[in-house]
Amino acid sequence: MTRKGIIDEAMRVVLLCAGLASLSIVVLIGLFILRESLPAFHEIGVWNLLSGKEWRPGQGQFGLLPMIAGSGLVTLGAICLGLPLALCCGIFLAEIAPTWIRVVVRPSIELLAGIPSVVYGLFGLVVLVPAVRQIDYPGNAGFGLLSASIVLAVMILPTIASVSEVAIRSVPDEYRQGALALGSTRWEMIRRVVLPAARSGILSAVVLGLGRALGETIAMIMVIGNSVMMPTTMGGPLPGIFLSRARTLTGNIAVEMSYATGLHSSALFATGVVLFVLIMIVNSAARALMSRNVRGGRP
Amino acid sequence: MGTDAPEARLRTVDYSLFYGSFRALRDITIDIPENSITAIIGPSGCGKSTFLRSFNRMNELIPGVTVTGKVLLDGEDIFHQNVVALRRRVGMVFQRPNPFPKSIFDNVSYGPRIHGIRDRGTLAAIVERSLRDAAIWEEVKDDLQKSALALSGGQQQRLCIARALAVEPEVILMDEPASALDPVATMRIEELMQSLKQKYTIVIVTHNMQQAARVSDYTAFMMTDEERAGNLVEFGATKKIFTTPADRRTEDYISGRFG
Amino acid sequence: MTAGGARRTAWQNCVFALFWLSGITAMAVMLAVVGYVMVKGIPEFSIDFFTTSPRGGLSGEGGIASTIVTTAYLVVMTMAIAAPLGTAAGIYLVEYAGNSRNRVATAFLKLSRFGIETLAGVPSIIFGLFGYALFVTAMHFGFSLLSAALAGACLVLPVVVRTAEEAFKSVPDAYREASLSLGATRWETIWKVVLPSATPGLTTGIILGVGRILSETAVFYVTLGGSCRTPTSIFSSGRTMALHVYYLAMETRAFDKAMATGAVLVILIIFVNLAINAVSKRLSAGGNRS
Repeated sequence: MTRKGIIDEAMRVVLLCAGLASLSIVVLIGLFILRESLPAFHEIGVWNLLSGKEWRPGQGQFGLLPMIAGSGLVTLGAICLGLPLALCCGIFLAEIAPTWIRVVVRPSIELLAGIPSVVYGLFGLVVLVPAVRQIDYPGNAGFGLLSASIVLAVMILPTIASVSEVAIRSVPDEYRQGALALGSTRWEMIRRVVLPAARSGILSAVVLGLGRALGETIAMIMVIGNSVMMPTTMGGPLPGIFLSRARTLTGNIAVEMSYATGLHSSALFATGVVLFVLIMIVNSAARALMSRNVRGGRP
Repeated sequence: MGTDAPEARLRTVDYSLFYGSFRALRDITIDIPENSITAIIGPSGCGKSTFLRSFNRMNELIPGVTVTGKVLLDGEDIFHQNVVALRRRVGMVFQRPNPFPKSIFDNVSYGPRIHGIRDRGTLAAIVERSLRDAAIWEEVKDDLQKSALALSGGQQQRLCIARALAVEPEVILMDEPASALDPVATMRIEELMQSLKQKYTIVIVTHNMQQAARVSDYTAFMMTDEERAGNLVEFGATKKIFTTPADRRTEDYISGRFG
Repeated sequence: MTAGGARRTAWQNCVFALFWLSGITAMAVMLAVVGYVMVKGIPEFSIDFFTTSPRGGLSGEGGIASTIVTTAYLVVMTMAIAAPLGTAAGIYLVEYAGNSRNRVATAFLKLSRFGIETLAGVPSIIFGLFGYALFVTAMHFGFSLLSAALAGACLVLPVVVRTAEEAFKSVPDAYREASLSLGATRWETIWKVVLPSATPGLTTGIILGVGRILSETAVFYVTLGGSCRTPTSIFSSGRTMALHVYYLAMETRAFDKAMATGAVLVILIIFVNLAINAVSKRLSAGGNRS
């Protein structure tokens, strides 16, 4: 073999190793977390872990239900507050806003999507928590699901708005012209032709937003109060539940990781697994929703 | 201009169109006779399509477009009308078939639906009638729920014609409707146009002179002047334009000396 | 008929007014957050703030000098691991596995794609969990720059591999064919032809990675420790600027300094975005030329 040939072959092997390394990191992370969480699943039991309402590592009680409820409610709150606004903003930018607004706003939204979450958390802590504290309600301390939902809503807004805007813009112009030529108003065109055609892209924007909401850690720790408790209405009407303190799955890991040992540590890995499975469920639910509608959609 | 022509449905008077400060169409005056096919021909870039899109105000979608002069539909200035109502009366078929990513049924019923027809039975009747008129009913009647994008190019174009017919327009504008199709599909579209002209006034833009000679009753020849603005050079019965054109430039173009 | 058109046009205008309102609201809300941090933070800037290190304590005395240094070390270390590895993996996936008809290679390609997609959707705290358990504890690196950089590299690797793949895919095959037809080997073709054409795309991936490290907090919260001293070796604990914001906000009353540090981060992120825009502009200019 010539010298060139040897170099060529050597580089192929080096690059193959890099490819393998990247893949093995993925596998490694998955296996490692599963292995570490196994004792928790084994000793505590999957059902006890998922349905247990008490999390007292000192007494060997590891119930994740409060954290699942916390993550679920705060995400629900963020979606209720942020999703309609984000989608309207995406539609506005893609179809309605004049060009000069688009030119200014699009890069700013991309910028806002990259702002560190700790900055959003800081804003929540300094501005929102004191504001929420003003609401006269028994047990309301400002820290809690409402503050966290608002922070999260603001955080997912740029993500959902910019991804859905791209999806709407990528709908071919021919559809728009076809709709207008039939005598649609621009709004009828948007609602009946453009949005249905962009459905799958909009859905992935929502999934991305949901993933970001469920996975957010630091901003949540800063404003949600972190108390391990089932969110409660504290005796008031149902919406009062959002004034309750809570803890998210992500927060549970971050807050306790650095001093956990043994079964406690394993339970935190199990928390990670539950979080991951939750996100996977959201993803595949969205995908199922998408394929159900595929017949009328693009081939 | 054709004194033997039937009454004009569509007419423009000193119509000019500008992209910003650039004049793309210059002072076009034309009377388009009803229940006939009028072909607009001319070299590429002479503003044929732009002119066609003036009749349903599609040029308004391009920022910076302004117009002067008049475009009249049944004697009324279209720029003073509600654009949505106008486009219902003046339908359009595009160069590339553009069915919506919906079922065949939903494509055809789209227009009637937005114009306020909700009743399922009425819609079904309109869909069938339109598909029959567009000569595609026999091919699709068994599966109207099939995605329109699963059809062949020629079928898609006839579906688009059916979609335009479903809102019962008075005028149909066709922008090179067969240029993206194979010869067989092209022939079917041309046959279809012949049957449609009984009920509708059709204006077609084509770069294909044989097609214009085959299908149209009247022909308008457009060309750019020295400032690159589109002009109407000559308009008259197709037979006359293709045999004894009045203008030297028309003759040159028809006989293939340029363009 | 005409009346219907007018009515529907009026309805459209009502709906569009609502969209205008929501667009403006959304922008206002998002800008309020950033604007607040900037307005409260920038007045705190001073030479002292940038040149002294945090001294700890409940009132959060001192500046952010050591956190700047830590952030810089961490960014460099993380990218030193992730950039070459990710780029090389990208080359392999596109230039070798992508062109191969070998069943194993194709399976490998599919698996890698799936893995990278999955990894990209994993919340960052899970990387923290992994990094803490493996690097901090099992490998005894402790809370250190090294642990944090390794965990951070895992975090940004999917970003780098994905953009590298895109960059290599966008190089026209004609370049490769031309080079190979002149008698160059595969590697020479990659090194001399493909890599230079893909540079802007690769740069974008690296800048994206840098932005991610700058703004990440959760991973480093559980791997970097949080010491406010300037690190002296890769085994030193430390705190990045983002982490410093967290500690100031949660453990001191120095909200003004937290805001100032946050403002610095926001400004850095603005620069990162500007850099990405500049590079991608060059990318599209290059694309037009080819």
